[in-house]
Amino acid sequence: MPTPPLLALHGVCKRFGVVEVLTDIELEIHAGQVVALLGDNGAGKSTLVKVISGVAPADKGAIEWEGRTVQIRRPHDARDLGIATVYQDLALCGNLDVVGNLFLGREIRRFGFLDEMEMERRTRHLLERLTRGIPDLRAPVVSLSSGQRQTVAIARSLLGDPRVLLLDEPTAALGFEQTSEVLDLVDRLRDRGLGVLLISHNMGDIKALADRAAVLRLGRNNGFFDVNTASQEQIISSVTGATENVPRRMASQEAGW
Amino acid sequence: MVKGMHNMADKTQAEPTAPDAETRQPHRGRAVARAVEDGVTHFRHRLSAGELGSLPVVLVLAAVWIIFQSLNENFLSPRNLSNLSVDIVGTGLIAVGIVFVLLIGELDLSVGSISGLAAAVFAVLNVNNGVPEWLALIIAVLAGTAAGTVQGYSCAKTRVPAFVVTLAGLLTWNGIMLYILGTSGTVNLDENGLVAKLTSYYFTNDGAAYGLAAVGAGTVFLVSYQDMRRREAAGMPHRSLQGIAVRTGVLAVIAFVTAFVLNRFQGLPLALLIFLVVVAGLDIVLRRTHYGRQVYALGGSVEAARRASLSVTRVQTAVLAVSGTMAAVGGLFLASRITSVSQGSGSGVLLLNAIAAAVIGGTSLFGGRGTTWSAVLGILIIQSIASGMAITDTPTAVQFIITGGVLFAAVLIDSLSRRSQEAHGRA
Repeated sequence: MPTPPLLALHGVCKRFGVVEVLTDIELEIHAGQVVALLGDNGAGKSTLVKVISGVAPADKGAIEWEGRTVQIRRPHDARDLGIATVYQDLALCGNLDVVGNLFLGREIRRFGFLDEMEMERRTRHLLERLTRGIPDLRAPVVSLSSGQRQTVAIARSLLGDPRVLLLDEPTAALGFEQTSEVLDLVDRLRDRGLGVLLISHNMGDIKALADRAAVLRLGRNNGFFDVNTASQEQIISSVTGATENVPRRMASQEAGW
Repeated sequence: MVKGMHNMADKTQAEPTAPDAETRQPHRGRAVARAVEDGVTHFRHRLSAGELGSLPVVLVLAAVWIIFQSLNENFLSPRNLSNLSVDIVGTGLIAVGIVFVLLIGELDLSVGSISGLAAAVFAVLNVNNGVPEWLALIIAVLAGTAAGTVQGYSCAKTRVPAFVVTLAGLLTWNGIMLYILGTSGTVNLDENGLVAKLTSYYFTNDGAAYGLAAVGAGTVFLVSYQDMRRREAAGMPHRSLQGIAVRTGVLAVIAFVTAFVLNRFQGLPLALLIFLVVVAGLDIVLRRTHYGRQVYALGGSVEAARRASLSVTRVQTAVLAVSGTMAAVGGLFLASRITSVSQGSGSGVLLLNAIAAAVIGGTSLFGGRGTTWSAVLGILIIQSIASGMAITDTPTAVQFIITGGVLFAAVLIDSLSRRSQEAHGRA
């Protein structure tokens, strides 16, 4: 029997008010694999990330973790399972320093008080593994460059030794060198056996990094591809809707987006 | 001043290496100079990043004191300064609560009414109904906590901005206060009672003030030293011993001068002792505990806090509960100062002064930046202006105008430093 995927979604639906943002979504993330999630703006990629991370729980559908059904109702649930998320807006507190952001919500305590030294030590240790230029750990995050902030956000997600990492457009705001640094990092995480869900608009990144690609269109699955065999044109035409893999699309839903 | 320090540091660096025969004295001198230079560099770095810290506030305070001293030489007399140190406590405690609310980026308009309500609860229970003072005191403080908790929970659940909910609170608590005071109007407190003692008791023994100064400076030094040793053992960057010594030295000088001045009048006021202990305690809560970190996080970004699985509802409720509690405590000190509670208690400029104190002291209106000590500095400035105006017979109208100007300057500095910080971040 093959090992079940780390994380599997079956028939997940999510609506905001009257707008059905996600309909019958299927998705599998295996250990040691990078799955690229593609789709046009408003296809529901970020919403899907929020569903998995517990920020916006699913209305319908099943989520399986290593083959058993689980409930993700709160960010806490996802974190306990071992799902870590790097949001597109990074979700950092600009006024807190690097250490404060990394350990936000899971501070290390000593005699009931925050153990700043231990947290700083672990932060330094973690960042040394991730990047060459370590920012000032005691500077407020608002004063860091966007690349440094991205590193801080990724470092934070890795703090609890997650099994699955969700990355929402991690390279969108970065320059060339920082982008390759982040991609290198994702590559190394895959080698360490993490399952990665990578949202990106950059076909180059996806071709270089991803093992499989899942395409969303108008809140529905619109095809799965093996990145190594599928051509770029195939994937892009699926993203833009030139290839319709969704037979039941309704005009009303299109109007919603 | 900064330039001078720099020159000094440069000179010591230019010196050739000290021969072995030299005594340890120049060594130490150089080490101190290096520590000062480190401090200056660090300070300049922070200045350019838009983190002014409490420097502008201290400068304004110094200016206020110099101006009034030149207008009336009694201003800096031990008697006036000692009175000042008691006068700041009531409003100062309320301002400390306001700091908590400002840190999460909200505003509490009900603190004036809650302070009046707490004073009225105490007066009616103790004077009119004969409840023992300690029990009435506890009930009065808990009334403030309850009022704050109700407001905080409503804000968090309805997601209505706190200033709207607390505006409703302002009217409600004021109404309840008038109701329980009833027709009696003014209630006079026992002149020798517990609450009256809060602001009238002085530790006349000189040792009390000096002891407090020594314990304070000593504790700061020991804590910094322990931290340094731990970091050193773990091979982490840490402050130099000289740096710690210089910092603690400055603190100790301020503390001992204050103690000296207080001892030349009636000694250490009980009110000031309580105020400092509360401010220091809440400062530790804010900066060294899990709860405090959550408060700052909420002020930074509510959404980020929520995604880091913090309970936003609980933190918001707790913050307004703290501000309600501090308002009640402050109200009791204000009542103690005049040993009476009337229908006017907690009204007038009290609310505005408390908010102004927190902001003038350097707590950001935009949330996420500030400490409880800013309330102390802020109220010190406001009360200094009030006291100076009284001593020089200046009309109240002018006092309002000047305090308003200082507040405006503080808000301006806050927004400018915020903008410069953002610009720094983009660079």
